Amino acid sequence: MKERKYVILNERDVKRTITRLSHEIIEKNKGTDGIILLGIPTRGRFLAKRVRDCIMEIEGVKVPTGAIDATLYRDDISRKDEQPPLKEMDIPENIDDKKIILFDDVLFTGRTIRAAMDVIMDFGRPMFIQLAVLVDRGHRELPIKADFIGKNLPTSLKEEVKVSLKECDGKDEVVIRETF
Amino acid sequence: MIDNAIKRKDLLGMDDLTVDEIEAVLETAEKLKEVSQRDIKKVPTLRGKTIINLFFEPSTRTRTSFELAAKRMSADAINISASASSVVKGETLIDTAMNLEAMNPDAVVIRHPSPGAPHIISRLLKSSVVNAGDGAHEHPTQALLDLMTVKEKKKRLSGLQVVIVGDITHSRVARSNIIGFKKSGAKVRVVGAPTLIPYGIENMGVQVSYDLKESIKDADVIMMLRIQRERQEGALLPSLREYSIRYGLDMEKLEDAPKDVIILHPGPLNRGVEISPEVADSPYSLILNQVSNGLAVRMAIFYHLLGGKE
Repeated sequence: MKERKYVILNERDVKRTITRLSHEIIEKNKGTDGIILLGIPTRGRFLAKRVRDCIMEIEGVKVPTGAIDATLYRDDISRKDEQPPLKEMDIPENIDDKKIILFDDVLFTGRTIRAAMDVIMDFGRPMFIQLAVLVDRGHRELPIKADFIGKNLPTSLKEEVKVSLKECDGKDEVVIRETF
Repeated sequence: MIDNAIKRKDLLGMDDLTVDEIEAVLETAEKLKEVSQRDIKKVPTLRGKTIINLFFEPSTRTRTSFELAAKRMSADAINISASASSVVKGETLIDTAMNLEAMNPDAVVIRHPSPGAPHIISRLLKSSVVNAGDGAHEHPTQALLDLMTVKEKKKRLSGLQVVIVGDITHSRVARSNIIGFKKSGAKVRVVGAPTLIPYGIENMGVQVSYDLKESIKDADVIMMLRIQRERQEGALLPSLREYSIRYGLDMEKLEDAPKDVIILHPGPLNRGVEISPEVADSPYSLILNQVSNGLAVRMAIFYHLLGGKE
């Protein structure tokens, strides 16, 4: 089995991308009022935290930030051989009438996002939910689209997109890998 | 992170579980506690699954816990108790089980006075079987919730000194806990009147003591067992009063125990027999934490057993 690997974003690119996403989020929402950042563990949560720190630098405001695990709401739970481990949940405050920005590392089929939105709805009635992702690799299976995209990356289904973040992988990088 | 979840069909006893499986259940249960603290205490994970609680012995805590656990995971739960079933008309356990199976449940939770009853039906049924207590044999979900409660408080299980006090002979809770704590690397000592300590218990790798006050001096965890009046055939104890004086845990006996000791009791309490009200209601006591954790552990068991497909 051979493997081809391309680095799409390096450490500096990731940093710039997160800075741009932070600016876009503030711009689109005309400030930070009522915003809550919720990341899907593992990497979405770290992205949310980085955007929070970035917004802190830009606006001087600490936006409430948490984590939302969608595992219990997945649609493939009884089709897998064994159950995936559950990850952390941390909703920092009441979400009623709040502006939720949901974070994930890679947007692919959209099924995880569907599940995550259902989790959010079980916690209250937000004013709206927006979606921010580091990479959109296409191949949606549900009518879902991101509001903030770090990198649009058209891929084939044979390729694998891997996001690495310092917090859990030791380095910041986005690579695309193909085995053949 | 524990990546190997549970691949077995049934949960019959702590004896079957590997250390990794125990840790996987505890980790899942710890995450699932959050569900019970929401306004909407329900997740859709096991939608469309059916769970039958088949209880041949009286129980409120365990049965309610299993039923709520099923419902919070969105499974449909049905309770059958022996007194209200065809068992009173003479149906055998196997016939009852086969008839239930014909209705296609996904799991059957069974409590039965005979050791091995869950094992028999697990071999007959395609659905998952969960042992909710079989005679004096095992009560695995109780042991798992006790492990979870201890781990939550002490942040570890390995190396802890656990002291189990009471009627060891008739206690499935003691048996499952001895196995569970030993597998998790804790040291276990059993304490009780000589008539209530089974012959050969040392073979399970536990210490034996007949002196409560002395035996809890180095305890991290004291687990008090209920004196089971329903299982006391014959004169094993002179009187409950004498038992209480020698083996009941009160503030005076607790004096010599470490200040950070924690006390567990599987319930229901015989206040004033094996545990004094002052101790049961003291900050050392984690009895109500056990009940909350029991719900989370049972949700975790359903999650692991019912999610996967062979």
